[in-house]
Amino acid sequence: MAKVIEDPRPTAKERLNKTVDGVQGSQVWNSIFRPGSIFRKGYTDSPRNRSYVIMNSVLYHLHPVKVKRHAVKVSYTLCLGGLSFFLFILLTVTGIFLMFFYRPEATAAWNDISSLQTSVAFGLLVRNMHRWGAHLMVLTTFLHMARVFYHGAYKAPREFNWVIGVVLLTLTLLLSFTGYLLPWDQLAMWAVAVGTNMMGYTPVFGSQVRFVLLGGVEIGSETLLRWYVLHVLLLPFVIVIFMAIHFWRVRKDGGISGPL
Amino acid sequence: MTEIPEHLLKRAQAARDKAAADAGAAAPASSDAPASDPRIPAHLLERSKAAKTRVEGDAGAVAVAEKVGALVAAAPSSGGIPVGAGPGGHTQRLLTVVKSGSIQDVKAIPVDKVHTWPHLLAAEFVAALACTAFLFFFSIFVNAPLLQLANPNQTPNPSKAPWYFLGLQELLTMFHPMVAGVTIPGIALFALILAPYIDKNPSNKPEDRKFATSIMTVHLMFWAVLVMIGSFFRGPGFNFVFPWRDGLYFEL
Repeated sequence: MAKVIEDPRPTAKERLNKTVDGVQGSQVWNSIFRPGSIFRKGYTDSPRNRSYVIMNSVLYHLHPVKVKRHAVKVSYTLCLGGLSFFLFILLTVTGIFLMFFYRPEATAAWNDISSLQTSVAFGLLVRNMHRWGAHLMVLTTFLHMARVFYHGAYKAPREFNWVIGVVLLTLTLLLSFTGYLLPWDQLAMWAVAVGTNMMGYTPVFGSQVRFVLLGGVEIGSETLLRWYVLHVLLLPFVIVIFMAIHFWRVRKDGGISGPL
Repeated sequence: MTEIPEHLLKRAQAARDKAAADAGAAAPASSDAPASDPRIPAHLLERSKAAKTRVEGDAGAVAVAEKVGALVAAAPSSGGIPVGAGPGGHTQRLLTVVKSGSIQDVKAIPVDKVHTWPHLLAAEFVAALACTAFLFFFSIFVNAPLLQLANPNQTPNPSKAPWYFLGLQELLTMFHPMVAGVTIPGIALFALILAPYIDKNPSNKPEDRKFATSIMTVHLMFWAVLVMIGSFFRGPGFNFVFPWRDGLYFEL
């Protein structure tokens, strides 16, 4: 009698499926991706999974699981606060790239920028993005403040978060201003000279403020090093702390304000 | 006693009328109704009848087989009230209506909420993507300025601060440096910080906040106009120029 011999070898697709199931069922995989993650075992749309996506993601759990319906309308916030934060991240990423090619010394800084633009792959593009992104962030932060004011969103219980917001706006300006000096060209040096001259008129301890900021009586190599450290370390460190409080307070004060 | 809502009264009246009409129509047919009622499957009627006869045989009770049909037709077969029906032929009675809020009082007002995923995250993602795309393409086509190497001995004319400080630089042309550089921006910044404590109006409706809105608009416009003048209308020696006549003295 003829015996029907089944092909014992599984097809490539079956083997792939088996491998995927094996990986997704493993302890390691399940320990990395928390329930609801789209990487865990696929994502099916259900209210429970919608909540899990937020709760079990380190990035998204900045948000509550649910938000007021009017708050998700783009016309309410215009995404300005979120975009300011996003631009900050973008500036951090592009800034780290720039740091690889830059030395904060009066003799080297300008040449480093110049050669970054001509002989580093994507150097010019990343520098442009960093510069325009910085201007854009000043703009979005400012517009965010105006939006919040016109919505009366600074009223109780959100008074203190407004104060933190003003601090963040000031820090944004300082970050942009300290970065302005770093290319060490005529534009940078004289813009900073104008700015720091104004600070020198602070009553009582004006000249001391100016001396500390410049690291001397005139703008020079010490100024460049100081502003570099302020720009890449101190101010980002401070602004991240204030941003954390700002976002935390948004939720603690009952989510986004409104509806009007 | 709680008032019975009008729509329930109406519904009860309609049911009562219908039952009366049905009784009138079904009365002649009620004598031979049981087997021919179209609404009950024949096999169920048979089963019920068999059960009834068994009960009858056991206890010697009166025949109730006809009553099944009478009950279904909601009409008294022998002038009496059907089993399980209330007055007027109803099988249900309204005992009382409890209005919401009379027993439990919910303090929290329900808020209309949606899931953050996907409703908010999708919008945020698109905004971030659009922002990145805009920045990317803008950076491809417009280069950041890099002028000559810094030279402390050669002052460019005009020397301008970054654009967001040009309002202050503009004030410098009108006031003493301490007033322009420290006092006015200091007051502006403090007023901004104190805004929520100065503004005692609890409403966030635009129509209730005309004064606050006007003050803020004047404030913002004040700086915007100063920045515009400082950026585009100031040339060599920080003198007033028209950009369309004398050219643009502005670097970002």
